[in-house]
Amino acid sequence: MTAPRTLFEKIWDRHVIARGADDAALLWVDRHFVHEGSHHAFGKLADRGLAVAQPALTFGVADHYVPTRAGQAPGGAIARMIATLEDNAARHGFALFGVGDPRQGIVHVTGPEQGLTLPGMIVVCGDSHTSGHGALGAFAFGIGATDVAHVLATQTIWQRRPKTMRLTIDGRPTPGVGAKDMALNWIATLGADGARGHAIEYDGSAVRALSVEGRLTLCNLSIEGGARCGMVAPDETTLDWLHGRAYAPQGEHWDRAVAQWRALATDPAAMFDREVALDAGELAPIVTWGTSPEEALPITACLPDPARVKDPARAGTIAASLDYMDLKAGRPIADTPVDQVFIGSCTNARIEDLRVAAAVLAGRRARVPGLVSPGSSRIKLQAEQEGLDRIFTEAGLEWANAGCSMCVGMNGDVVAPGKRCASTTNRNFRGRQGPGARTHLMSPAMVAAAAVTGTLTDCRPLLEGRSV
Amino acid sequence: MAGWSRHEGLAVGLPLAGIDTDQLLPARFMATPRSAGYGRFLLHDLRHDADGAPRPDFPLNDPAATGASILIARRNFGGGSSREGAVYALIDAGFRAVIGPSFGDIFAANAVNNGLLPARVDEATAERLIAAAPLALRVDLAARRLEAMGLSIGFELDDQSREKLINGWDDIDLTLKHGEAIERHAAARRDAAPWLWPAVATETGH
Repeated sequence: MTAPRTLFEKIWDRHVIARGADDAALLWVDRHFVHEGSHHAFGKLADRGLAVAQPALTFGVADHYVPTRAGQAPGGAIARMIATLEDNAARHGFALFGVGDPRQGIVHVTGPEQGLTLPGMIVVCGDSHTSGHGALGAFAFGIGATDVAHVLATQTIWQRRPKTMRLTIDGRPTPGVGAKDMALNWIATLGADGARGHAIEYDGSAVRALSVEGRLTLCNLSIEGGARCGMVAPDETTLDWLHGRAYAPQGEHWDRAVAQWRALATDPAAMFDREVALDAGELAPIVTWGTSPEEALPITACLPDPARVKDPARAGTIAASLDYMDLKAGRPIADTPVDQVFIGSCTNARIEDLRVAAAVLAGRRARVPGLVSPGSSRIKLQAEQEGLDRIFTEAGLEWANAGCSMCVGMNGDVVAPGKRCASTTNRNFRGRQGPGARTHLMSPAMVAAAAVTGTLTDCRPLLEGRSV
Repeated sequence: MAGWSRHEGLAVGLPLAGIDTDQLLPARFMATPRSAGYGRFLLHDLRHDADGAPRPDFPLNDPAATGASILIARRNFGGGSSREGAVYALIDAGFRAVIGPSFGDIFAANAVNNGLLPARVDEATAERLIAAAPLALRVDLAARRLEAMGLSIGFELDDQSREKLINGWDDIDLTLKHGEAIERHAAARRDAAPWLWPAVATETGH
């Protein structure tokens, strides 16, 4: 009889190949995603004359630099980044979902969507939002270029074992409040480094009630609270979502896989290093006001006032954030005018995100310009089949192709200096959407509401009487 | 990568919390080949005004901090994006160590992989050093201690990271020594879960 274990511990134990100093271990990697930004790692591999150890477990996706807007022709450095990924895929013989491929999309959207991420896996990628894949019950985390090169060369990675933390969210959120609000709320509560060094398992009735899309959003934002990873134990929702996906097991393999996946859930008597409980029942939609995801408030609240904060360092940080964001201390956050909106990114550009945004926008006009970039080419097609693209364009927003786009601005989709953007993305860091850009993070419904009113506003009245 | 166990240099204070990797290396510089050097991109948009002129009040622009090789920061340094270029920017600008109360997990791993020490100290110690900076500081990796202002101060660093920094180890070489164990593990995994090696994509639903 083995001791009771958590979901995380079961996956960890299954992947240990060798042990290192203190709590480090050499782990097997089941799935490795690479993108244009992985060029440093391929360079390291070339310098040493090494091959990719497991091309069949390596998948390339063009997302960070791909153009997303009509008539946008990539030039110079951007075109070179995409071409380099294509060259590396051809040289090393791994599958590439490149520009024009129907499977192309943001790596953290198209990977799960294609069934490439499965319960019980270790999934890595040279991108911090890899944490999102944990929504399917995988241990998934972002790594830097040296570690990407290591995984390419060996299909393994050295990791120090993180502590475990269970984040239980109970309660039934009101319509218009969802996974994004739950995530921003815990990050605001615990801090942008509040879960540092921990593997989070999300549990509780509000998490169980989320669709896989919602869980992908929640786990995606784990890194914004400093966690090594976020995960949700596989359940019927997971199995229904995975069944029939392109790379998911089929037939007899499906049945065997399901039997293994059902055994992954945390044992009832297992202990976590840390337990945190929150309630989603009373939650209002959350927006960020500052330059860190922890600087977030309910839309019904007022901005903090550094004059009322005792700790001088903390007061200074608040004052600097308010100054960068051009906001006045103590004022309500609602009714702040915005210049533009963005719906997209690995955090919130899945079909459900587009549906809820469209529910707010249907039959209404946006007062400010905005860009809608679906998370994958497949989601783009599905949205067009559902007529969502017409709702966006009739509201006056631009319907774009799939990619990282204005979340990080690498492809040239940037917010101009001093402009304020209501955004469904994951980082409100200074300059994240372009030098001098001011970003407010919020849910797709809240961004749609900001588009309709031209201000930060509570989406709930705008959703009344509308089905989502 | 060359290992090191002692370093003596000038330490500059950066009295800011939550310096994320987007600040350390803004995204627009990430397509640059490493050989071109990343030092000039370090903290670019905090160091310069909108016209590209250096901000005289930014600590790294202080003439007294010229040649600094140690950075002292506030909590949650290097959070956010996994971009290793953030570490390249620090290394190429001449830094060997960052001292602070906490670091982003991925940043800390990237730092150690490139010979940059992420040394954890408590908040009070970080504030004390920042207040005294720029100052001469000595790092002893083996003893996990800093020497400054006539004091000896302990810092936190896990054993694996310390060994790697001291020896300048390359993980790939270390790992390839486990080649047989890796092959055994892969074979057993493939036996237990053959679907993890997808041959061809076949969509049957959705």
